[in-house]
Amino acid sequence: MPLTLNINGKSHDLGSIDPSTPLLWALRDHLGLVGTKYGCGQGLCGACTVHLNGQPSRSCILPVNALAGVKITTVEGLAKGGQLTALQQAWCDRDVAQCGYCQAGQLMSATALLARTPKPTDEDIDAAMSGNLCRCGTYTRIRQAIHTAAAQP
Amino acid sequence: MNLSEIDPATFPPATPPGHLDRRGFLRLSALAGGGLALALYLRLPSDLLAAAPAAAAAGTPDGDFAPNLFVRITSAGEITILASNPEAGQGVKTALPMIIAEELDVAWTQVRVVQADLDPRLGRQVAGGSQATPTHYEPFRRLGATARFLLVAAAAAKWSVHASELSTPGDARVVHAASGRAASYGELAGAAALLPLPDEKTVPLKNPADFRVMGRRTGGVDNPAIVTGQPLFGIDTRRPGQLFATFVKCPVFGGKVRSANLDAVKALPGVKHACVIDAPGVSSGVAIVATTTWQAFKARDSLKVEWDEGRTAAESTAGFAAAAERAWADPGSGKILRNDGDFEAARAAAGANLVGARYTYPFLSHANLEPQNCTALFTPGALEVWAPTQAPQRGREAAAKALGLPPEAVTVRMTRMGGGFGRRLTNDFVAEAAAIARELPGVPVQLAWTRADDMQHDWYRPAGYHDLRAVLDSAGSLLGWSDHFVTFAAGYDTAEPSGVASLGPDEFPGRFLPHCLVRQTPLPNGIPMGPWRAPRASAQSFAHQSFLDELAVASGRDPVAFKLAVLGEPRAIPATGGKGPVYHTGRMAGVVRLAAEKSGWGTPLPKGSGRGLAFHFSHLGYAAIVVEVTVSPAGELTVDRVVVAADVGRQIINPSGAENQAEGSVVDGISSCLLQSITLDGGRVLQTNFGDMPLLRIAQSPKKIETHFLVTDNPPTGLGEPIIPPVPPALGNALFAATGKRIRSLPISAHDLSWS
Ligand code: FES
Ligand code: FES
Repeated sequence: MPLTLNINGKSHDLGSIDPSTPLLWALRDHLGLVGTKYGCGQGLCGACTVHLNGQPSRSCILPVNALAGVKITTVEGLAKGGQLTALQQAWCDRDVAQCGYCQAGQLMSATALLARTPKPTDEDIDAAMSGNLCRCGTYTRIRQAIHTAAAQP
Repeated sequence: MNLSEIDPATFPPATPPGHLDRRGFLRLSALAGGGLALALYLRLPSDLLAAAPAAAAAGTPDGDFAPNLFVRITSAGEITILASNPEAGQGVKTALPMIIAEELDVAWTQVRVVQADLDPRLGRQVAGGSQATPTHYEPFRRLGATARFLLVAAAAAKWSVHASELSTPGDARVVHAASGRAASYGELAGAAALLPLPDEKTVPLKNPADFRVMGRRTGGVDNPAIVTGQPLFGIDTRRPGQLFATFVKCPVFGGKVRSANLDAVKALPGVKHACVIDAPGVSSGVAIVATTTWQAFKARDSLKVEWDEGRTAAESTAGFAAAAERAWADPGSGKILRNDGDFEAARAAAGANLVGARYTYPFLSHANLEPQNCTALFTPGALEVWAPTQAPQRGREAAAKALGLPPEAVTVRMTRMGGGFGRRLTNDFVAEAAAIARELPGVPVQLAWTRADDMQHDWYRPAGYHDLRAVLDSAGSLLGWSDHFVTFAAGYDTAEPSGVASLGPDEFPGRFLPHCLVRQTPLPNGIPMGPWRAPRASAQSFAHQSFLDELAVASGRDPVAFKLAVLGEPRAIPATGGKGPVYHTGRMAGVVRLAAEKSGWGTPLPKGSGRGLAFHFSHLGYAAIVVEVTVSPAGELTVDRVVVAADVGRQIINPSGAENQAEGSVVDGISSCLLQSITLDGGRVLQTNFGDMPLLRIAQSPKKIETHFLVTDNPPTGLGEPIIPPVPPALGNALFAATGKRIRSLPISAHDLSWS
């Protein structure tokens, strides 16, 4: 049976994809949405974080057949109408990224955090972001950027 | 010179690789005596390029002004600067174009930065050794200044005034204040393109006091693309008809495929091809090519390979540690690298206080968050690769060797890298992708390593074993030092250490003490080793700077005062035999003092808290670190604060990028020494993923990192590496101050830090 996923507000037909395919690879190799990154494939690094109905989830360990009817958001779906979100803007202004490879996942986790906790403390941030590894070590800037975005009216 | 002097022998190739269309550039011989590695080009209309060079001199340019390969200005005023070096997160794609923009005298917001591909005409295209800044700083200033000079000259001609009456206010205009006239660079581009190139050595450079681009906090040029998930990285490469590959190597280093159930694998869903790869410079292994990465990865579960494991199967971490013990016990072991004074006599002297300790650290993996990958398209006689490589020229050579092609037959497209740290200076993944793509001519194939492949087939930072002794005199001054360093040879059949595992005879405190004995024993082995951020320094400094701190404690003096006393008076100490950089003790003392001052060194801290200081000179940079920690009685560690002081010369090009490198070095230094260890058994790596080879998490990272640059009148140098070496020993020294426990082996997480 053909599989259809709702990604970034659009319906995507995945044809007769192997139902055990992790969402990560459906995004990257079937749909060409390469913003979601492969880092570990085992739910250990957070590079592949997407939102399922607004909840941050590791797409590398999520088989696509579990996702029918779920609203999936990827990093490509954050900015609306070419307008960066406050977090994306803060990420640019604070110059958070080094290599940038982890940052899509960081932004997805941070976006979910602010939706839940609009004014997070450092402790809230550390708790919400602890599943997102950054090999380059941009953590102090991630904290600052989240605070910056949270301070936006 | 004038255009009639164009030398037809120096024409560039008609279709050079690169995003920028550079057809229509004529090379001028202006640089023949210039001494600059970077060739300058003047753009002429492409229709005239076909004509005789003499005819070109009389031609009318078609608008774009491109006085060299790096700068282009269209008549519409679009300013493009080429980013020539590989970007791995070190910020070079922003910092190097900033140098050019500064001297071009344009606002950074007016510039579009375009990534170059591998092109030998662009000079050194390597991300390594913190070399981009020292190599490019002056030449790139001259690239920008040359362009500005010509634009000013064009305005002078246009208005029939002397160039000295003109100025550039930094917004891509030339202004004649006396008459109030102004012209944009775009308006001047056509006329400037006609002018002969000046000798770049004679063009005026800006007074650094007038810098408007450099020295300003500037966000990375790729930031908007990064935060919106645009394709940037090697693994994001998508070509029409692309297939995806995985490559299974023997878990034992150097092992070879005996046989594999290829037919069974070929029958699996999505699998298009499976074969044994046997190519020069490529590890023996099985390639599986499929319609998607997942199908290729999944097919591995059904792959059965019989391996010939080879001799390395006998090697293990425990075996190397035992070999180090044997070497230490053998007084005749190793080669003496340095023997100043008479260490043995000094230790035997009356009143001498002998201190000894052994320090060890494990192998480390680079763990780039983007696993190794490369996309390759083979067509008979030619190869094109999209490669996240720190050394694209070496990548070209590795691919060419694998396929038996001349290097010129290989085109290398440089992609952004998800981390480098030295791993991607080795191009094994490029050679593998080339060999796999050859199996499927005309089909682009992306090879992606799994995380386990990446962790188990790295080029590791070597482990090391130091037997350290030192002599203090009765006043507590350091008189003598000895190190018997057991390290790793560059293979089985050599007594020479691997280039990334050797101890330099000048390593601190060599050259600083009357008695210094340094001995090195390399162990034969089959483990692949390679540069890991600040190679040698980032490992050895843990042993040396921790032991130095032990000596400070033994001397009864304050550690900072003790260390400054070892550094001594400000002076320039040349490298032994002139091989290597000069050590400026005053610059080092300067950053030690700055770090101590900014950290509040000497002010009291509560019980269970402590500060540690360490310093190191590497990659032309001077760095000192103070780490402040709190350890709970149960042994839980919090890194409260890290103060970085660094002297990398007179100009910080991009303070935001520079501080990001410092902050990243601190986190990388803590992550690696606190948590990480690659262990070997049976000639294979035991770790497979971030579960058993952790990276520091945000909650474990320092609460605060402060970076202070000490600006001194010295040439600007790089920041990717020099800050990391003092981080692990500063943390170890802080832990001693907090708990009284001295960390002499890594990772720290293997130690019980509890106290009462
Ligand atoms: S790739 Fe999914 S958590 Fe690492
Ligand atoms: S910026 Fe490189 S992994 Fe986070």
